[in-house]
Amino acid sequence: MNFNFKRLAAMTIARSMEFLRDRATLSWNVLFPLLTVAGFAWIFSGPQQPLFKVAVLLPQGTTLSTELHPFLAAPSVQFYVEPNGADAQAKVTRHRIDMALDFRAEPARYLINPESQKGSALETLLRGTGGTPLQREEASGQRIRYVDWAAPGILGINLMFSCLFGTGYVIVRYRKSGYLKRLNATPLTAAEFIVAQLLSRLVLTMLVTTVVFAGSNLFLHYRMEGSYWLLGLITAVGSYSMIAMGLMVSARVTSEELAGGLLNLLSWPMMVLSGVFFSIDGAPKAVVWASQVFPLTHLLNAARAVMLDGAGLASPAVATPLLILVACAVTFTLLGAIGFRWTQD
Amino acid sequence: MAILEARGLQKTYPKAKTPAVADVSFAVAPGICFGLLGPNGAGKSTTVEILEGVLRPSAGEVLFKSEPIHAGASAKRYRDQVGIQFQSTALQEFLTVRENLRFFAALYPKIRSEDELIAVCRLEEFLDRDTLKLSGGQRQRVLLAIALINDPQIVFLDEPTTGLDPQARRNFWELVRGIKAEGKTVLLTTHYMEEAYELCDEIAIMDHGKVIASGSPQSLLAKHFNDSVIELPSEEAAALMDRLPFTSRGELSELTSHDVAASLDQLRAMGVSLARLRIRPRTLEDLFIELTGKALRA
Repeated sequence: MNFNFKRLAAMTIARSMEFLRDRATLSWNVLFPLLTVAGFAWIFSGPQQPLFKVAVLLPQGTTLSTELHPFLAAPSVQFYVEPNGADAQAKVTRHRIDMALDFRAEPARYLINPESQKGSALETLLRGTGGTPLQREEASGQRIRYVDWAAPGILGINLMFSCLFGTGYVIVRYRKSGYLKRLNATPLTAAEFIVAQLLSRLVLTMLVTTVVFAGSNLFLHYRMEGSYWLLGLITAVGSYSMIAMGLMVSARVTSEELAGGLLNLLSWPMMVLSGVFFSIDGAPKAVVWASQVFPLTHLLNAARAVMLDGAGLASPAVATPLLILVACAVTFTLLGAIGFRWTQD
Repeated sequence: MAILEARGLQKTYPKAKTPAVADVSFAVAPGICFGLLGPNGAGKSTTVEILEGVLRPSAGEVLFKSEPIHAGASAKRYRDQVGIQFQSTALQEFLTVRENLRFFAALYPKIRSEDELIAVCRLEEFLDRDTLKLSGGQRQRVLLAIALINDPQIVFLDEPTTGLDPQARRNFWELVRGIKAEGKTVLLTTHYMEEAYELCDEIAIMDHGKVIASGSPQSLLAKHFNDSVIELPSEEAAALMDRLPFTSRGELSELTSHDVAASLDQLRAMGVSLARLRIRPRTLEDLFIELTGKALRA
């Protein structure tokens, strides 16, 4: 294979300089996630909106109905059946849901996270509905603030946009402006060009994310139970898989409008379904399955396992999503490289 | 021996009803400036891209120093030995002229010295300027420098002066003459007949995907014309149209004549004032219209 590291280095450096000198884009890449994290921290420290999600553990042979408890008719609350008690507890602890109702226990009980303001509001609502009093229990384990749960998601969407658009949109712009055609007339190979784009974006994304994480950590003091190195590895692999996804989309597209549409088609469902702002527990099975398609879902699952639970590399909570991310990265890179075209023809 | 030879080139794009290039053959001698002319849609851009090695022909072949350029190892060698200035090319943004030169230099195994390149293309004044802030003429000079960065034996210039003001165009011509003086072969496409006449030793005129005439500009003019053109403002020529075969070309009307002195006597006898009359020899523009039936920028 005709691969020259001098040419690769030249292309990587040129692309990185272009990004770093585009001050408007660079500022936005740093400011956007900082503002979002700060905004979320502020929003969730104040009064809550009455939108709640509650898991219900049912005894065998029963269905979800108000016969069990009048609270199950409460407005603005989504009740769903959770089969596993341990899972329900973990989700309450991590703010993925606001409360769990356990009708299998004798006496029946409810589980809340005292750190959750939504949980406290639900508790008040529960007491006001009458019916058989339920026993209060607090979720065991260390209490997690909402911002600890949401921060990886917010940093994750910044990564997602930066990787997808920073690679996909830029390559389409290069193609449309004739720059790729010019490069094709030099000895630079497609492999060198592609690797340079991937490398440049990966290094810059990691740098920007580290700055944003460290900067926001100064005032939000994120919970970090696991290893920073492992979190870095997960971020790098996750970022790479999304950069490769951007490459795959841009491999042949010649219109910036089409590229923008395709990238939005990927990024918006990924943002909604990957558990960035809220958990999709209780959503229809098809939606839960669909969420597994996106690299961001696995990136966030692994990152939260490290940050909130202190999981290590050997833990299935980290190893499984990491392997899926590696598979995504390899698949997207191969598809992008095979489909890549220099020119519009 | 020709440095570059096109043999029976054909190119049909997918879904196209007619071929963009139907049958093109010509040879370019080393060290000359060869012009490829044709109206829009004549197939010259496709032909040039095939010659540059950017496009593959549907049939036929291109030989560079007798080696086919689209085949394996010789394709790579060819890339190292040609310089290309595309019609419209973006540069790496937010990089200065010097940084762009260094970037492209890093892509080639053999390069020309940076100082020499700067001097040849006269880049000194704006060497440290962001390429986004260059004027049209400066930008074309940078693109020319990039085309010359690997010290190529043949340079392709695809409509390099389109959109430039007359002064910038003439400055660019000087650069092209300098490149020719170094013994390099130049293959030029242009919309400006004056440019072709000034720079080209040989031209080929294309229409409907085929070469319809080729040779030196002087020999082609001598072959197709043995007359001169008398031009009069159209408002004055209008009164003479029924007596003399004037052809209206907008503000001016033209009368071709094999005997200019006799035609002038005839006009004087008709009472035409010679104050606004102009006599000119035939130009490549006339040849072009004669052969293709189209004005060049139509």
